[in-house]
Amino acid sequence: MRKILVCGAASGIAEALGRRLAAEGCALALAGRNAERLAAMRGDLALRGAAAVHTYALDLRKTGCHAELIETAAAAMEGLDTLVLAHGILGDQEKAVADFAVARDVLETNFLSSVSLLTVAANRFAAQQSGQIVVFGSVAGDRGRQSNYVYGASKGALEIFCQGLRNRLAKRQVNILLVKPGFVDTAMTAHLPKNALFASPERVAADIHRAMRQRKDVIYTPGFWKWVMLAVRLIPEPVFKRMRL
Amino acid sequence: MRNAASWGRFPVASETVLAQRWRGDSLPQAPAGKTLLPYGLGRSYGDSCLNDGQAVVATRLLRRLISFDAERGVLRCEAGTSLAEILEFAIPRGWFLPVTPGTRFVTVGGAVANDVHGKNHHVAGNFGRFVNGFELLRSCGGRQWCSRRENAGWFHATVGGLGLTGLITQAEVRLKPIRNRLIDCETIRYGTLEEFFALSLESEPGYEYLVAWVDATAKGSQAGRGLLMRGNHNGELPMESAPAERQLRMPFDFPGFVINRYTIQAFNTLYFRRQRGSRKCSRVDLYPFFYPLDSIAEWNRMYGRSGFLQWQCLVPLDRGPDALREILESIGRSGQGSFLAVMKTMGGIPPEGNLTFSGRGVTLALDLRNAPAVFSLLERLDRVVAEAGGKLYPAKDARMSAAHFQRFYPNWNEHCRWMDPAFSSSFWRRVSHA
Repeated sequence: MRKILVCGAASGIAEALGRRLAAEGCALALAGRNAERLAAMRGDLALRGAAAVHTYALDLRKTGCHAELIETAAAAMEGLDTLVLAHGILGDQEKAVADFAVARDVLETNFLSSVSLLTVAANRFAAQQSGQIVVFGSVAGDRGRQSNYVYGASKGALEIFCQGLRNRLAKRQVNILLVKPGFVDTAMTAHLPKNALFASPERVAADIHRAMRQRKDVIYTPGFWKWVMLAVRLIPEPVFKRMRL
Repeated sequence: MRNAASWGRFPVASETVLAQRWRGDSLPQAPAGKTLLPYGLGRSYGDSCLNDGQAVVATRLLRRLISFDAERGVLRCEAGTSLAEILEFAIPRGWFLPVTPGTRFVTVGGAVANDVHGKNHHVAGNFGRFVNGFELLRSCGGRQWCSRRENAGWFHATVGGLGLTGLITQAEVRLKPIRNRLIDCETIRYGTLEEFFALSLESEPGYEYLVAWVDATAKGSQAGRGLLMRGNHNGELPMESAPAERQLRMPFDFPGFVINRYTIQAFNTLYFRRQRGSRKCSRVDLYPFFYPLDSIAEWNRMYGRSGFLQWQCLVPLDRGPDALREILESIGRSGQGSFLAVMKTMGGIPPEGNLTFSGRGVTLALDLRNAPAVFSLLERLDRVVAEAGGKLYPAKDARMSAAHFQRFYPNWNEHCRWMDPAFSSSFWRRVSHA
């Protein structure tokens, strides 16, 4: 039985992934901000087959609590073999451009808090010579664009950190899976008008679930984003900087 | 604002879409001066799930299971949970829906709000009879549990209340035990309306599920001919996992001319002749038995871009044969025809909802491609139904007159008392004016 800690568990994609993991009979520890929402998920996931569901309501930006969270969850599940980092905010790019405090909030939530959790978990997994860490990046992290480079920078930095971690831990049988979703129809994008590029959280969760089984390093989901982002990355910078993206 | 349509793809509405993501959240705020309507999977055929020019609250994110009593088969879940999701959970545990409509892609909230019925109406009645209670979230800040004992007035107004009394956030349903996934089914070809009534009444006591497919293109003495299916749960074999279901998809909107009187006639004749003998016994899985059309995703695109109209009436048993003969002959003469005409006797078990479509009688459901001539035909049929003391099913209606609705549901005015002042629907505005 797998023992999984999910941070940002109440996000749309993480909840859909949680349902798949529950159906497999995994033990789950859910961390997120809102106790009532986590409780609603606990009932659902337990009925859908999770061996156990523990919930931890806390603010993951407070990095001081991370070691204790991982300790407590591992104790409750009698072990920990998988960490899923799904917490994050999109932030308001216009405000973030004008006000560093807003940009810092995005970077602290998406990047710094993840670095802290990854450090604790990586050392634990390195010692036990096994484990899997699933990190939610974004297609926005592939190239800085004027419309969302603060969010993009937080996810791009996370990708570089994960690359290094993967390089370090590959010899210890620890898998680091970086997931790069495109547009997903969740609360994070509720304010955006929807078009054909938007995928459902269920679809994205199915892709992640498969990649977890295959112990992949990096995936784009839905898969077509791999080619879209390849094209975006190939545009020469002198051209790219003149585009409105 | 975004364009929305129901399953019949007529009419088309323009709506602001809001979402309820957690059952504990407060009701989303409609734009100033606009009303709200809960929206689940949009399988109502007409405009009862539309709120043109206003706002809807999407409930599909409310799909968490809450509790399950494995001894009694009592399931509590959020209101946006689909019946398909309930079945996925319940069947392997030996439970099934006590009442199910012809598609499993509806939400529990929608099943309550339309107080749906199924092939076992003659013995089970409507869906609401198996609902222990639900939580109703109202715009005036109230959140209340409604059951036959608590807030009973709200309970009976909300069951069959067309989503107008507030947002159902969660509901508790009593499931029924089954041994396996199989239905022992017998299909009988019959030639006349008299035979349909004789067969139905004879089958009612011994068969839990009873429904007939009708050749709605047949005329004269053959009017009403069809195939009657009657079945019971198989009580002997052990539970097996679901057979693989081939999921097909209607790939595009058919051009409007594909569905015409000749193709419909040809289909109906072939379907009527599809079995060699007049009786055929078979053992079939629950899904193809209850949900034959669910295996073709977006089958509604068959009717082309302009969509189709569903029409379902209920006529008291004593007036049934005459009224149905008149209705079927009118349809046969009109050449409009219908692929999927369905007829069944309904039982007299009193429903829980004030406005529930129910009563001892015979019901006929048709779908007709949207065309100008259909409206005048259906208006004529409405009059036959009204004169026979019958009624139409709001969940399938896109065009009945206010006068007819108010005659079919004489207590409609009382419903206004229970309605949430911030809620409305295209259907309700259409049928409730003077």
